[in-house]
Amino acid sequence: MTDVIRCSNLVKRYDDVLAVDGISFEVRTGECFGLLGPNGAGKTTTVEIFEGLLERDSGDVAVLGETWERAGRRLRERIGITLQETKFIDKLTVLETLTLFRSFYREGHDPEEVLKWVELEEKAGARTGKLSGGQRQRLSVACSLVGRPDLLFLDEPTTGLDPVSRRQIWACVESFRAGGGSVLLTTHYMEEAHRLCDRVAIIDRGRVIALDTPTRLIASLGAEHVVEFQTERPPDIRPLESLPDVRSVRVDGETVSLTVAEVHRAVPALLLELKRQQLDLTNLVTHHATLEDVFVAMTGRRLEED
Amino acid sequence: MRLLRYVPVWQISLTKIRELVREPEALFWVFVFPILLALALGIAFRSSGPEEIAIGVQTGDAAAEIERALQRAEGVRSVVLDPDEARERLRTGRVALVVIPGDPPTYWYDPTRQESEASRRVVDDALQREAGRTDVFVAETQEMTEKGSRYIDFLIPGLLGMNIMGTGMWGIGFYIVTARQNKLLKRLVATPMRRSEFLLGQIFGRLFLLVFEVGILVLLANLIFDVPVRGSLVTLGFVSVLGAMTFAGMGLLVASRAKTVEGVSGLMNLVLMPMWILSGVFFSTSRFPEVMQPVVQALPLTALNDALREVMLDGASLFSILDEVALTAVWGVATFVVALLVFRWR
Repeated sequence: MTDVIRCSNLVKRYDDVLAVDGISFEVRTGECFGLLGPNGAGKTTTVEIFEGLLERDSGDVAVLGETWERAGRRLRERIGITLQETKFIDKLTVLETLTLFRSFYREGHDPEEVLKWVELEEKAGARTGKLSGGQRQRLSVACSLVGRPDLLFLDEPTTGLDPVSRRQIWACVESFRAGGGSVLLTTHYMEEAHRLCDRVAIIDRGRVIALDTPTRLIASLGAEHVVEFQTERPPDIRPLESLPDVRSVRVDGETVSLTVAEVHRAVPALLLELKRQQLDLTNLVTHHATLEDVFVAMTGRRLEED
Repeated sequence: MRLLRYVPVWQISLTKIRELVREPEALFWVFVFPILLALALGIAFRSSGPEEIAIGVQTGDAAAEIERALQRAEGVRSVVLDPDEARERLRTGRVALVVIPGDPPTYWYDPTRQESEASRRVVDDALQREAGRTDVFVAETQEMTEKGSRYIDFLIPGLLGMNIMGTGMWGIGFYIVTARQNKLLKRLVATPMRRSEFLLGQIFGRLFLLVFEVGILVLLANLIFDVPVRGSLVTLGFVSVLGAMTFAGMGLLVASRAKTVEGVSGLMNLVLMPMWILSGVFFSTSRFPEVMQPVVQALPLTALNDALREVMLDGASLFSILDEVALTAVWGVATFVVALLVFRWR
């Protein structure tokens, strides 16, 4: 068996909203696969169908080579789940909570051991109601690992967390993978997808609009850097497109962004051109092209705008 | 304990117990409140012998003589009042009857009041004797004050039943809806936990609590008010456990589909309120008219209260309360089955 998840033509409708509109892809064994997309793109719905928590309307889904209809409980033993947000029992301690979850699995790790992985061993005796957001999320990851899963689902595992908690969770995911586990994660942080995922499916409005490794997705832009600038008046766009090394030009409100191959050649040319148009810069930034830029290039919208 | 560490039902029961023990407010409602209620009602309705009857005498020619005659009668407190004051006190029940002097005197009272007839008889006796009537004989009296027949004896089993109902329904129903609302239930369903294990754990956790809840109330009632437990403790325990499971089933049913805590609270009160009133917690079910009796007697709390009273006060054996036990059990099984069929796990 080489795929831990296989889905084809997956469709899920809520009343008259088409949340998932014919999604197909495979997640390979040992892989970390990311679903990247803005809020409301259908990521959570897709994942919850894989997790056996939601019924699909049509399409085929196989998880670890089995279907939920046939192998419900057997599958539950082999997957670990971190929901977008988990509320624990406030009065229970961290260790008690993890022990409770451990008891549901026939085989699993020692709760004390798992607490070490998520760096919560010092909080073992603390009530879950007193944990910070980052600690609670790490406990949530611990609960999904304690049953020794083959496949881990993480739904927006680091949304709203501070950078330290985020890196701790990333480290957990990486060591889980080092042990041979497969991961499906959703995120709307391109940095997270880039760092953790072998392959990424970009999802928008219930459809997969691109699927590849992060590096190849970025390479598909044809350039590695993005130059964004603002001027006091809107510039004439046409001449910008023929500047050296500029691959594409986009206008987003007052900001103009250029996808460029080499910053050191494109920027002097840009400055010259603006001078010719008698425009003063009010802002100029450059950064490496990211998955965000891929999303913007494909949809004309940003991932995190709300 | 080590052996039980990874047994789901044990862990779920343990969770429930820990949650309760670590929640002081919950402890208050389960343990302290019923005792305070019993104390307050026990003191308010303590047996203090027959009360004095307050009688008014309206001002008039013979008012003073009538008042003197009443003073001599036993258990009567009399006072002379002008007509307006007499009317006012009679209306508000501060006097049970007003004597209007005359020949013959007039007795003025509200016939719908309980104490009216007794006071009419006492006043009439006193005035007739004063006027020269002699009694043919004076009967001996023998007083009965056996425990088990007082109001507090009636009340304690009722409070016990009410408490079993309340904690059973809230403890299960409220808990489940909260867990559903904050997605904990969804997270649990995403594990291999069996649903039956979850529900059994809820009930076992609940039964553990019951031991203390029933034990403390019965013990304190016995120590403070001398309320008897004439039946066997085993029978009392059995009836309590049965009641707790029945109301856990009802709690489960009430919570089976409710999505919000507000929603389930309303439903819960809709079920609890009628039983507080109809099922003989504070006063006997026989006070309700004949047409209501089939409904009143079919309620699970009525059956539970009757069974508890018969065991505690009459020393009934399990065999003699079979009807009540069967009715309670039927309610429990029926609500549990329906709850399982319609239960929404997410």
